[in-house]
This record gives sequence, structure tokens and C-alpha cells, in this order.
Amino acid sequence: MSFRLPSGGRLIDRTSELKFTFNGRIMRGFAGDTLASALLARDQMLMGRSFKYHRPRGVVASGAEEPNALMNIGEGGRFEPNQRATTAELFDGMAARSQNHWPSLEFDVGAINAKFARFLPAGFYYKTFLYPRHFWKYVFEPIIRQSAGLGAAPKEADADTYEHFYAFCDVLVVGGGIAGLMAARDAAADGKRVIVLEQNGHWGGRAPVDGAVVEGKPADEWVSVTLQALEANDNVTLRDRCMGAGVYDHGYVLGYERITDHAPANDVPRHRLWRIRAGHVVTATGALERPLSFAGNDLPGVMLASAVRDYVVNHAVAPGKRTVVVTNNDDAYRTAEVMVNAGLSVPAIIDARPSVDEALISKFSDLGVEVKVASAIAKVKGKDRVTGVAICAQDSNGSVSTTIECDAVAMSGGWSPVVHLWSHCGGKLTWDEDQAMFRPDPNRPPTNQTGEGFVSVVGWANGEIDQGDIAPVWIMPQGASIETRNKMWLDFQNDVKVSDVQLAAQEGFESVEHAKRYTTLGMATDQGKLSNINGLAVLADALDTGIPQVGTTTFRPPYTPISMGAIAGEARGEIFQPLRRTPMHAWHEKNGAHWEPVGHWRRPYCFQQPGESVEDAVNREITNTRTSLGLLDASTLGKIVVKGPDAGKFLDMLYTNMMSNLKPGKCRYGLMCSENGFLMDDGVVARIDEDTWLCHTTTGGADRIHAWMEDWLQCEWWDWKVWTLNLTEQFAQVAVVGPNARTMLETLGGMDLSAQALPFMGWADGKIGDFNVRVYRISFSGELSYEISVPASEGLAFWEALMEAGEPFGITPYGTEALHVMRAEKGFIMIGDETDGTVIPQDLGLNWALSKKKEDFLGNRAHSRSHMADPTRWKLVGLETVDGSVLPDGAYAVADGHNENGQRNMIGRVTSTYYSPTLDRGIAMGLVLHGPDRMGEVLAFPRVDGTVAYARIVSPVFYDPEGEKQNV
Amino acid sequence: MLTLKCPYCGVQACETELSPGYEAHLKRFGPGSSDDDFETYLFTRPNVKGVHFERWRHAYGCGKWFLAARCTTTLEVFGTYSAQTPAPPAEIIEAIKSKRPDWSPET
Repeated sequence: MSFRLPSGGRLIDRTSELKFTFNGRIMRGFAGDTLASALLARDQMLMGRSFKYHRPRGVVASGAEEPNALMNIGEGGRFEPNQRATTAELFDGMAARSQNHWPSLEFDVGAINAKFARFLPAGFYYKTFLYPRHFWKYVFEPIIRQSAGLGAAPKEADADTYEHFYAFCDVLVVGGGIAGLMAARDAAADGKRVIVLEQNGHWGGRAPVDGAVVEGKPADEWVSVTLQALEANDNVTLRDRCMGAGVYDHGYVLGYERITDHAPANDVPRHRLWRIRAGHVVTATGALERPLSFAGNDLPGVMLASAVRDYVVNHAVAPGKRTVVVTNNDDAYRTAEVMVNAGLSVPAIIDARPSVDEALISKFSDLGVEVKVASAIAKVKGKDRVTGVAICAQDSNGSVSTTIECDAVAMSGGWSPVVHLWSHCGGKLTWDEDQAMFRPDPNRPPTNQTGEGFVSVVGWANGEIDQGDIAPVWIMPQGASIETRNKMWLDFQNDVKVSDVQLAAQEGFESVEHAKRYTTLGMATDQGKLSNINGLAVLADALDTGIPQVGTTTFRPPYTPISMGAIAGEARGEIFQPLRRTPMHAWHEKNGAHWEPVGHWRRPYCFQQPGESVEDAVNREITNTRTSLGLLDASTLGKIVVKGPDAGKFLDMLYTNMMSNLKPGKCRYGLMCSENGFLMDDGVVARIDEDTWLCHTTTGGADRIHAWMEDWLQCEWWDWKVWTLNLTEQFAQVAVVGPNARTMLETLGGMDLSAQALPFMGWADGKIGDFNVRVYRISFSGELSYEISVPASEGLAFWEALMEAGEPFGITPYGTEALHVMRAEKGFIMIGDETDGTVIPQDLGLNWALSKKKEDFLGNRAHSRSHMADPTRWKLVGLETVDGSVLPDGAYAVADGHNENGQRNMIGRVTSTYYSPTLDRGIAMGLVLHGPDRMGEVLAFPRVDGTVAYARIVSPVFYDPEGEKQNV
Repeated sequence: MLTLKCPYCGVQACETELSPGYEAHLKRFGPGSSDDDFETYLFTRPNVKGVHFERWRHAYGCGKWFLAARCTTTLEVFGTYSAQTPAPPAEIIEAIKSKRPDWSPET
């Protein structure tokens, strides 16, 4: 049994008792405990169930590498799954639950999977669920979804806040152990700005546990003196509970600081993401101990030797009364010594090495510990926890020589440097044959912008590991039978065994990356921190090649999982994204705006009156505008000034039609294509004076088109004398639309707005009422329309003045949907509806806007490529349902026969579809094969519910085809 | 997260304030060009492993486009320079050759 020792524990404070719950049971621990140590102190050895076989599992490690003891921690808005009990610091009131079992941790129905283990080998997904085909969707997938996953997903919004920090330093040290603190001290002494990150809540790493002496002082004392000196230095920043999560290009590093996980609070962020730009990175990330692969190595009670030592020294918790140590190196002997010194029994050290230093053997013999050389564990005995071990010779096939009773096993397969941060950005590894480990190759570091290495490694992370003469032992015993190898776990969390990796190799998955994906080795939340080296050693053996030839899988950040909250930082809720507001935004909000996001803007979709549905509001706005007067906030449309002696020449290149011959005072509708020939934006261009044009773009296109202009001016035609300026936010623009538009504006007094003074497609500066305005006579609705622009600061006042003056005419503000329906009634295209990045102007019947006079414009050459000139390209037509209903958006027109995928042949699709209150019927536009040549033909549009809509091909201009209403 | 020095405003800019513009020094082919030339201009990119000339815009800074010579494998930056040039300037070529003696502009 595991229990709390009567004395000791360098990290715990026995005077501060903390209450917590585990699966609803109230338990007590001490300040300084982790959840894992507090549970062990209560003999709660069983902490979870494995992923695939639901095997009972106990804690195996004492740090970030823990694969088994994963918990749901917290409740409600603070609930979080898959938290490692080994790094969860205990606090008063913590609520923890174990995962992946039903109905309870002790009795789990899913454990039946283990009985079928021989039917669930590596790759069983790919082998089992193939036939019959429809079984996947209706039988296999629902069952797998039900049983897959470890922790539960949170159900409530996160109650905590998160933040990002930006930091810069000359030297960033990751790891606050002895090596890291020495590196920080040296860098600080050189006058460098230094940041030191330590993932734990305490400094010094393993050294204090192992009784190291540093520069003549006991480790704990050295750490405290060194920390004091560093804290006193203004150039040094020390952060504990802050993990170096990832190293990226040119010295960019992410740090993950857990601020309140050990002491929940409302007034500070829970996590902080440090975005650090470092001149140089020193990783002092230590090493991780490897398990040994013997039968039953996953039973609760089998732990890493270093973890056993940690719990005894740090938390005064003994994992067992009788602990057998099994090892292939000297380091595990430290655990035996610690146990004996704590008054615990160590019946034997099972050392797999063929010979062991005599002095070491006699030292432990004096302590009463028998060392069994060249020996191995044939099998761990016990059902839900360790009751004993069967011993055999390492070089045997597993015939048992003796059995030892024990309640814990401390295993050590040697140490692997934590090379993750070194490798994230391309640092290469070298295989150290003597020490049986991959270590950073100092000749091949990750390089920065100057081509120099920007990461260096110190201490155990660099392979400077004190473990004596290690013998590589990858399975135990050497000649284990297949039945035995089927019980040796490599990846505890994903239930990958030695036999699975061997099967993968046998089936041809020879690349380590393939074997990983086939077996899921190292793909769990612990990312194979314990399993990878053992797994690839087994793979190398199965392939009869060397470990360095097999190589490692790719190390990717983050080192351990970081919270989604930390990644999002402050960007959530209202400040998720900046919102662009027109000068009239607040008025719209007060007057029933039903908002629609358009880029970063919010535009009113319609203005709902009390008791009115959205559809009714849209229809009312359209009818009111067509019969009397409507008002549209058009401020979001892009307004880019293009000016200079070569501006006309430049615009002739940008637009498909001619802009240089536009007369001052006039407007022209223009199209822009990409160099691929595809339509990318449209809008009305006004020529202001001899060398100035104002280009209107779509709402979403303003910034993109401005950047597009600058690209050509800066990178291709840099000798052209042209300046551009994006004035979108400098002006408010209001469209005054409807047969009463002129009459109403004239009541305000000011400039002459008659058809003679300001004809259709003209513009003029002047005054309306007291407002200085620029008026464009352009129309996107087909009605008499004035688009009037005023300085943004006067936008709201102007809008309110128009609303007041329009009252006798029953003026209505209208939104984007009324705008869309009215333009569709007129057959005007909309970028993003009729175009999708694959449509050229010719498809839309816009050939009239393609200049024949110009030698060149962007997209022109592309229009003569064979696919663009293909006469079978679908072309724009209007569509009128036979029964007056509204066609579904995006519906396809089908023809006889089937294509090579077994689908009905398709001959067209709907691009815009609306109910037109003006015509009281559904209207649509679509792209149809040979469409303009098929006027009057009826096409079939299957709906998703299996019924079919029939629509007749008509002209896309449904309303006022002669344009008499806009040109008055 | 690369850093590139903007040759216009002198800022050592982080990638978050830059937007990429892919390969630099493309020769534009317009009306009258052959299908092959036009296709090469639009689509055919060598996607080099090694020294690469590329366009960047200091989008959240001064707004200017500039060009960079960078190694796509090691991320080493040999220099950044004005976009208003049809070919890499001599000092950039020299900087590359001093670090990559085997490299020549034709490769």
C-alpha cells in the first residue's frame, strides 16, 4: 500500500492541511502536495483507466511526462479534462475526477476490451471496419465515438481570463534546475538581459532530491543563494510555473505561465502566454527516465525509480512498503538508498546488466539490499495492483527462478535528455551509443536569421547524465515469448505494446513515422515522452537495423498541452476582433437594425419595426423605396483616391474598361480582374479633376484593392507617377433612393439637383441644406438615386436631417437585404454571389465592359487562354420558377445521365435567389451551360429534400429593363 | 515567426506585421505573349530549397513592399532590399556568396 511517512517531505507543509475531493470523496492533503502525491498518501493507487483496453492504471511518473494519472479537474466554468495529477498542485477545495471509465473507476464495463485484446492489435481500425461499407456510418462509428476520448469536454463557458505578454531578452534560459540557474548567472554576469522559465512551482530540478552538492554547498542551499542573487539583478526576470512551450523561427519562444492553477482567483488571469523574442536560447530542460519493458509493467504500483524517489523525498509519500528496484543503470540505486534511509524495505535490486561494480554491490549489501545481477522481471504479479515479481535471467526466455513479494516496483531504463525545444526549430540529434540516448548534436543547431545557432543546451538535457555504465535493455527478458511481449506496455496512455510495434514492422510500416501512426505510439496527450525511445528501439530491433537509422519522430510544440484560453488570450467576447462602425452605427442600433457582419463592419440587414418579422421588414423597405423613398447607409463602400500624372494610365491597367477617357464630373462602372482573368471587384469610378480619380470598391474589397494597387505601383510600375489613398473611413455616404428622392432633397435647399444640372452618371460638389456634399448620380437599385458623401464627422447629422426631411414622403431606412433584392431585380451582379474566384466577366455577359481599345489590362491575356475562351463555360441568366416559389440558394440544374462519380450531370447553378416583393414571385440568377442561347427553356433543380424545383431561363433583368426609372 | 528588416523604415519587423508576396523578380507577360510564357509567369514557381528571393509587405508598418533574400531551409536572411529593382543588387549577391560559396544566381 502507499502511505504518508511520519516525517520528512521537503516540499510539503504539514501545518497547512488542504481539503479536496476525488470522485466525490472528501480527502485531505498538505500544502505542497500535488494531486498525485495527496492521492498516493491516501493509498489511492488506482488513478485512471487506459484508453483502449481500459486497464487499471496508477501514477507512473512525478512530472510533466505522466501518461496515466489524467484527471477532470474543477467544476462548471472551471472544469478542465486531461489534467496531469502529477503537475496539478493541490489547493483547498480542489474537485478532481478520474476519467475513461463507466460506471466507476473500480468497476469499469469497458475493461471487457482487454479480454478481446488479441482482436484489437495495431491497425485494427483499418482492418476491422471495412465491410459492409454502410456499417461504418451506422454501427462502427457511433460505437467508437461513444467509447473514444479520455476526459469529458467542458460544457460551460470558461470562467477565467487569459492574457498575452510580449517580452524581449538577450538570453532566455528554459529550465530552473542547477544547469539553468548557472547559465542564467553567467549570462547576467556578462550584462545580458536574461529571462529564466521554470515549469514547476519550485526551483532546482532534481538535484536537491538526489542530494547533489553544488560548488561546495548542498543543492537546496546553493539554489536559494543563487536565486537571491538573480532576483537582485534588474536585468534578470525569473518566472516559475512557466513552461517553455515551443521554440520557433529566429529566436521566438512561447512561454506558458500557469498563474492561478494552484490557487484559483477571480481578479487575475489564469494563464499567461509569453511571446518572447530571444537573442539566444539556453535549454536546461533536464532528462526523463525511461520505463523498462517487462510483462505487467503497467500495473498500478509499477513506477519510474526517480518518481518513487521524488514522492518519498519531496512529499514524504511511500508508494509501497516493499519496493523492488529494477534497472539497467546506476541511477536507480539512489532510489533504493532513499527507501532504506526512510525505513522502507527494498527486498532486491534487479539489475539487468551482466556485471555491476563490486563496490556498489557491497555498499547495498551493507544496507541489507540484495543486488541480483544479469536478472530481469519475468512478470509482475497482481490483478489491480502489484503483489510481487517473478524473476528470471535477462538473457533467458523467461523461465522463472524465484518470486519476490512486494507492493511496488521502481523501474529505470536509463535517461533520455529532453531535446524537444532543441528540435522544434530544426536542431539535430546524435545517438550516443555509450549512454544509449539521443542527445543534441552541437554541430547542427537550429539556425537564426544570421545563419548562426541560436539554441544551446546545458546539463542533463545535453546528455551530461550521471547514470553509470548503462546497458541498453529494450525488452525484458531478452528472449521473451510472444505472449509475454503482448503484456509489455510501451505507450501506457494509448495502450501500445511491444507486440504492436513488432507487428507494424512485420506488416511493412518500416518508417518510424508510419509505425507511429499505425500503432498510435506516442500520439496520446503525453506525446510519447516515456514511450518513444523504447518504441523505436523495439522497431529497430524488429527491422534488424540500428536505432540511429530508425531515427526519431518529429518533435513539435508545445512541450505539454497548453490551454486554448492561453492561445486566445484577451481576444474573446467583445474584443475578439475590432468592430468597424459607420458614423450612423449608433442610430441604426437605436432604430431596430438587424445586424449583418460584412468584413469587420456591421451593416443593418434590415430595420425591424415593433412586431415585424425580418422578411416583412425587408419587403416593406423594398416596396417603400420603389414607390416613394428609401435611405441606405453606404459608408462602408471603399473609397480610394488615385492621383497623379500617370493615374489614368494606371487605372486603364487596373480596370477592364477605359478610365483615362472619363470626363471630370462623370462616373463610370468598372470591373477589376486578377492576372488570372477572374473577376475580383467592381465599383463606380468618378473622375474628380485632370489627374484625380475616386474609385469605389465593394465593402469587403476596400483594403484588399488598395493593397493590390500599391503592389502594382511599388513592384511593377514603380516609375509611374501615381499616389493612392484609402479614404473609406473619412467619408460617410448615404444613398437617397426612390421616385421622391429629388423632390425630398430639394426641400432642403442648396445645389441644383435637376436632371439637366446633374444627369445620371454625373457627380457634383455643392451644398444640401447646411451640409457640404459631393453628390453622385449613380444607382444600384434601378431607381432615381443620389449617393451623397459628407465628411464622416457630419454623417450622423446629415442622416438625421434626411430622415426628418423625408418624413412627409414616408421615408424608410433600408438594409443590405433590400439592397440585394433590388439589385437582383435589376440584374446587377454582386461580387461574391455571381463571382466566386472562378468567374470571368464574359461569364456574366459583361463583355461590354472589356475594352477593345486598350492594348493591355490586368487579366486581359488570361481571357484568351483556352479554358477561358471555351464556349461551354456556364453563362449568366435569370431564372424564374414555374410556380413562383423561391429557388434554393446554390442549387444545381441537372441534365440527363450521370458523370464519372455517379452523380447526375450538372448544367448550371443558382448564384442569387430572392423573393421579389415588386414582382411577388421568386427570382434568381444563375450560371447555365449555353444559358443565353436557351431562353424560355425550363431547367430542373433538385432540392435537398428530394423534390424538384422547375425554373425557366429568362433575362436576368426582371425590373425596368430599359432603365427608365433611374435616368430621370 | 521570422524577423525581417524593412529597408524603408528600418524596423526589424516580426512576421506578424508582415504579409508575404511569394517569389520576387517575376517577369510579367501580357497580351501577345505565348501560352507557355504566360503560364510560366502565372503558375510555374521553382519553389527552391535554398536561396530564395521573395516579396514581403510591411503591411502593419509603413505599408511598403520590399524584397528579401532568404534561405528556405535554414531561414537565414542574407538581406532585404528595395522592391524597385528588376534583379537582386550586387551587395545582396555578394552577401549570399560569402555565406554560400557554391551558390550562383543561375542555380
